[in-house]
Amino acid sequence: MPIKVLIPTPLRPYAGKQDVVSVEGATVGELLSNLTEQYAELRKHLYTDEGRLRSFVNVYVNDDDIRYLEHEQTAVKSGDTVSIVPSVAGGAGSAVAESRATPELSNEEVQRYSRHLIMPEVGMDGQRKLKGSRVLCIGAGGLGSPATMYLAAAGVGQLGIVDFDVVDYSNLHRQILHGTPDVGRSKLQSARDRLQAINPAVHVETYETALTSDNALQILEPYDVVVDGTDNFPTRYLVNDACVLLGKPNAYGSIFRFEGQASVFALKDGPCYRCLYPEPPPPGLVPSCAEGGVLGVLPGIIGTIQATEAIKILLGVGEPLVGRFLIFDALRMRFRELKLRRDVDCPVCGDQPTVRELIDYEQFCSVATTPQTAVSIKETSVDGLKRRLDAGDDLLLLDVREPQEHQICAIPGSTLIPLGDLPSRLAELEGRRDIVVHCKSGVRSAKAVKLLREAGFDDAANLKGGILAWIEHVDPSLPKY
Amino acid sequence: MNSTASAGAALRRVELAQPVLEAIRRHGRQAYPHECCGALIGREHYVVEALSLPNTTAEGPRRRFLVRPEDYRFAEERAFTTERELLGFYHSHPDHPARPSQHDLAHAWPFFVYVILAVQQGDPADLTAWRLLDDRSAFGVVDVIHGALGRHRT
Repeated sequence: MPIKVLIPTPLRPYAGKQDVVSVEGATVGELLSNLTEQYAELRKHLYTDEGRLRSFVNVYVNDDDIRYLEHEQTAVKSGDTVSIVPSVAGGAGSAVAESRATPELSNEEVQRYSRHLIMPEVGMDGQRKLKGSRVLCIGAGGLGSPATMYLAAAGVGQLGIVDFDVVDYSNLHRQILHGTPDVGRSKLQSARDRLQAINPAVHVETYETALTSDNALQILEPYDVVVDGTDNFPTRYLVNDACVLLGKPNAYGSIFRFEGQASVFALKDGPCYRCLYPEPPPPGLVPSCAEGGVLGVLPGIIGTIQATEAIKILLGVGEPLVGRFLIFDALRMRFRELKLRRDVDCPVCGDQPTVRELIDYEQFCSVATTPQTAVSIKETSVDGLKRRLDAGDDLLLLDVREPQEHQICAIPGSTLIPLGDLPSRLAELEGRRDIVVHCKSGVRSAKAVKLLREAGFDDAANLKGGILAWIEHVDPSLPKY
Repeated sequence: MNSTASAGAALRRVELAQPVLEAIRRHGRQAYPHECCGALIGREHYVVEALSLPNTTAEGPRRRFLVRPEDYRFAEERAFTTERELLGFYHSHPDHPARPSQHDLAHAWPFFVYVILAVQQGDPADLTAWRLLDDRSAFGVVDVIHGALGRHRT
């Protein structure tokens, strides 16, 4: 006995334009199976590839949802009416390349990506998705190097890079986008050449500017995933907030000395960087890689994790590193994982956000102003120091850097007491009044001068610009680091 | 054309009468910071009514919307009794571009027109329209014509 099945508007074109179809069957499952046999095109809209009824397809027997009956085993009898009723759903959220058509692959590209194509998790569909995707990398430095190189090699269609720096010798031990002949060139030009050499099909879009609250939303908007390879807190908070506001997944990474961190922020229902660190650290507390150093290989590991996460998000495969904070210790060669939750009170991604537009991040991290210590301390210039040394003045030149830095280069006649040891070694300075303190660039030595003045060495002065200024203006034969 | 049958091919353009456009924008503003949703009713490519429906999502209405089956049936019923067709649905993206998301794609139905209204800081902004491509792989752009003015929007 045929049963009447009501077809909803959007599926009628697949059912001979009918709003009612009569189908045989004793259960709902049988009815639907016979229906999709009769009208094959209905199948992909009613069932997933795995053969399950799609979650937003509702089936009613008369007025009852089969979920509250016996699902597809629900029996039907003559006189019943079965209705297919769509739940209409959607919403903002992770926007991943949906509005763009997925481009075809050329024969050459099929060959290039063959090791991807034979894996079911990527396949032809996935590779075309990658080709239709856009990833933005903030920074063409340590993390940005491996991240962009692997993303280019993997066939991501468009790579955007934001940077305004010039390649320096001190970048080369880790920033493998750039080579020795690139020293002095713009990082973006060097990056573009390198990435195009890896994969000429990739469109490289460069933004030679600092990322700011004025340009961030505009720059990020066209991209599907953002890779955060920044080296400072104001930009890191800016990238985070912009990603949350735009709903862009943020593949985050950071490195220091032998330790790296990675996570994925701003993915739907997942936490953001502010859920982990609501406030920036006090200025000067966390040293940068320029001050503290970094193992050259480390960004290779963390940047590659960022690229892996970006590709997984673009393909929609696997478990993204969301709600998990990965910590890598290179010395012990260990990965640890911390659980992270979205903070419902987070000012950016919480339920009642207070930050709804980009703010002044320099001010938020209070790095715009000179440190207060600099106001009250005595300073001397490198030229002034040179004149006094040449004149044979009886002064103590105190180097407060670390021993390994002192080993790289030192001003002749200087005494080494690292900043951390200074409080316990003040006795060694007993009786000295005329003290000039230096470090690499002048920040640590300013702290040392403050400490010395508090201990009664009222005439201690800071060498402005540190040993870098000394090398620049007085003795260019010393190596810069 | 039969009053209840769909056009048979997904629409490439849709014309929103001025009151419809205003109703969608008003609904988007009212619902902010939540998403609003509703049905589009009309004939051929002319939308003459925006029927507001409750957003019943349980996943957080700031980023999601859901039209319950009973509300869907109500919309279809309404189209039938007024001798029109259910052409599609609209929803808003609060503080988000008027572009379909992964979530929109996963839940899209063929032949329907999906109108998306961006609402920035509570104020209605861009309005765009989309249709599901036949292989479900992506959305195609549907041109929006403003009924009263007859102008194209990209």
